[in-house]
Amino acid sequence: MNPLVTPGIGLLFWQVVTFLLVLFLLSKFAWKPIMAALREREANIDHALSMAEKAKLEMQSLKADNERLLNEARAERERILKEATEAANHLVEGARAKANEEGQRMIENARLSIENEKKAALTEVKNLAATLSIDIAEKLIKRELQDEQAQRALVQSYLQEANLG
Amino acid sequence: MKKILVFLFALFTFSAQAAESAEGEKFSPGDMIMHHVGDDYTWHFADGVVLPLPVILYGEGKLDVFMSSNFYDEHHQLKPYKGYVMEHGHIYYANEEGEPKVVEGENGEEKHAAPLDLSITKNVASMFVSVLLLFLVFFSIAGAYKKRRGQGPRGVQSFFEPIIIFIRDEIAKTNIGPKYERFMPYLLTIFFFIWFNNLLGLIPGGANLTGNIAVTLVLALMTLLITVFSGNKSYWGHIFNTPGVPWWLKWGIPIMPLVEVIGIFTKPFSLMVRLFANITAGHIIILSLFSLIFIFESVAIGPVSVAFATFMNFLELFVALLQAYIFTLLSAMYFGGAVEEHDHHDDMGHGDAPYAVDAHH
Repeated sequence: MNPLVTPGIGLLFWQVVTFLLVLFLLSKFAWKPIMAALREREANIDHALSMAEKAKLEMQSLKADNERLLNEARAERERILKEATEAANHLVEGARAKANEEGQRMIENARLSIENEKKAALTEVKNLAATLSIDIAEKLIKRELQDEQAQRALVQSYLQEANLG
Repeated sequence: MKKILVFLFALFTFSAQAAESAEGEKFSPGDMIMHHVGDDYTWHFADGVVLPLPVILYGEGKLDVFMSSNFYDEHHQLKPYKGYVMEHGHIYYANEEGEPKVVEGENGEEKHAAPLDLSITKNVASMFVSVLLLFLVFFSIAGAYKKRRGQGPRGVQSFFEPIIIFIRDEIAKTNIGPKYERFMPYLLTIFFFIWFNNLLGLIPGGANLTGNIAVTLVLALMTLLITVFSGNKSYWGHIFNTPGVPWWLKWGIPIMPLVEVIGIFTKPFSLMVRLFANITAGHIIILSLFSLIFIFESVAIGPVSVAFATFMNFLELFVALLQAYIFTLLSAMYFGGAVEEHDHHDDMGHGDAPYAVDAHH
């Protein structure tokens, strides 16, 4: 047989012994720590990545929270301002209304008293006029009744006018 | 960089020359190539730069350990030593004349008597170097992971980390599924073992370890054993009672179980042959290109050979990685098949859905 394809006993023996030894020693002292280190590092990297992702999400939620708080604060301010304005407006409005009312009332009072005064004055004028008229009429009648001639003429004229027919 | 390349090629050609001078007068490319892709008792880096390796022999109740340089005299000629003799790259018992002892085999044929040879050959030595490298690299990386816990990779660590993660995510996770973790040590080990040894084999003077059938045999055997021992009920059910197959092909004429059982062994067998053939072929091509220089006995062919060999070397660098990847990927796929929880009502991607429906209703 060709020596190339005839396995030599010596080499077979040494190959088995050496290879098993190499396999054992490398497995125990090289591959095991290396694989463990690689695994550990990959786990670390995975962990770090997931932590970063988590931090990012937290950051986002924090930011959203801040935004929300800010918005709330803004809304609150808006509300307070609005309320204050409203209250101020209300106050002014109330004061104005009250002043108006007071004025109105005073005017009304004034008007009423003027009216009363006027009425009283008028009544007085009327009474005075009546008294004057009665006085005048009394004086007139007194004077007329002194002249008989004239009395007769007047009765005559009335009668004519009545035209008793 | 350029200087290094030039140096590498010089080394490569020198070792080819060395082979020539060792073989004698006539240059035989076949012998030189077989010598280079095969195993050896010495590590021949370049002409004159030879590292003798220990020879370990066991036989007839005694263990002999000595350096392979004992087989050579001062003129680099082979000689018997301690009752052993080396011939054609094998060690046999020597007789009185210093020739290999001839004994009768079991079937009556004549053969050389050989002891059990557990020598640290060039391939074994190269494997030890690669193991040393593997330990050096990955223990230091493991240390870096412990020291710089939770931090990013640095230096060598950042070179190997993507590869390790690729094997985990693209090879193991995709092909094995949720139970991938228990196969990770094996997958990582074979990937880096094959890759490192492929690369070491490309260095001029390096051994052709992953192109040796014994090595790929052991690696494939490991994959086979792990597959078989991690096979779950549905894996064995698939083999002995393949869903979607008419009953008479399973119980009447047991073709399907037979085919499936053969399939258990052909899968790792293909792993063994693929790695062996790819790596050896690459070495043979590069060596053949250099042999052209000596066949044509012309300096003019040198640049052409070097250009082609450079191209081939880059291709082999890629093949070194590719074959390691393929071996690991296919192993992962076999493991995935063994631990997968099959739902017997779908067609499992075999395209036999209509039959499966018939079989179940």
